[in-house]
Amino acid sequence: MEPLDTKNDYQKYVEQKTPNSPILKNCFNAFWVGGFICAIGQLIWETCKINGIDTQISTTIVSIILIFISAFLTTLNVFNKIGKFAGAGSLIPITGFANSIVSPAMEYKSEGYVMGVGGKMFTVAGPVLVYGISVSIIIGIIYMIFGFVQ
Amino acid sequence: MIKKIGEQTIQFNTPPTILETACIVGPKEANGPLAKYFDQCLDDEFWGEDSWEKAESKIIKETVNTVISKAKLAQNDIDYCFAGDLLNQCISSGFGLRSLNVPFFGIFGACSTFVEGLSLASIFVGSGISQNSICATSSHFCGAEKQFRFPLELGNQRPQSSQWTVTGSGSAIVSRSGQGPFVTTITPRKNC
Repeated sequence: MEPLDTKNDYQKYVEQKTPNSPILKNCFNAFWVGGFICAIGQLIWETCKINGIDTQISTTIVSIILIFISAFLTTLNVFNKIGKFAGAGSLIPITGFANSIVSPAMEYKSEGYVMGVGGKMFTVAGPVLVYGISVSIIIGIIYMIFGFVQ
Repeated sequence: MIKKIGEQTIQFNTPPTILETACIVGPKEANGPLAKYFDQCLDDEFWGEDSWEKAESKIIKETVNTVISKAKLAQNDIDYCFAGDLLNQCISSGFGLRSLNVPFFGIFGACSTFVEGLSLASIFVGSGISQNSICATSSHFCGAEKQFRFPLELGNQRPQSSQWTVTGSGSAIVSRSGQGPFVTTITPRKNC
């Protein structure tokens, strides 16, 4: 083996030795699991429609049921196995968001209900909420201004 | 006795020796190729405790007790203890070694904690202040994931080359006289 002199050489050596993630396999799994979750959502939505429930309320019902399933599977230690297999497929739908709040709540339960569960529940989802809500407010303001112009 | 040579190296004229070592590890380590060298392998990451942190405290406490009994010493033969871990305020070693009743130096060097402790213990022994000193360190995969990365139940993917923090603890007694191995010189690295 050639001696490694610089940090760059070492970096190249590490990159050469590091196994790559199986991107094609991961994409395929993410695609079908993500699609399957969305299909479940659609199924619930259609069921609501058949039973004559208002469209907007149906959408809320879909979210609630998917969030519940995800939170429940998280507590059973099943969701992290699905997540490991499907990656973005289970992370991007609302199921991933529910998991990102339930999992810290479980993990920090040992530190008490106030400072542990209460304080640490949003450690993973917090940035998503802060920037998601902030951006939605900014877009709302822009929309309002353009609305007045029209 | 002990002197500085060159820019940053510490040299011992009468090198201290590592009298005895002990280690206790978790289930994943027990499945590895080094399993036969460990003093104890646990099959439960909680080890009967109700949090990762308490489990890690118990692991380091039992490791230190093991090393003392393996060396056939009593607790009051140990003059100083240098120990650290990865958690905030070094709670595993701090709480775990509370019952040891030995003057305690809490140290933090992340991966280098053990060698840092070994160096300091050797300096204490080599300079003649102490007859026997202990160095110890511990980590817990679940505790480290909780503190530095994501909750275990989070459904994310780990890269194939991601690291896995050891669940376990190692400890050594550094003594003034013994059969070796000896600590002859220490060269601390500059943190650059």
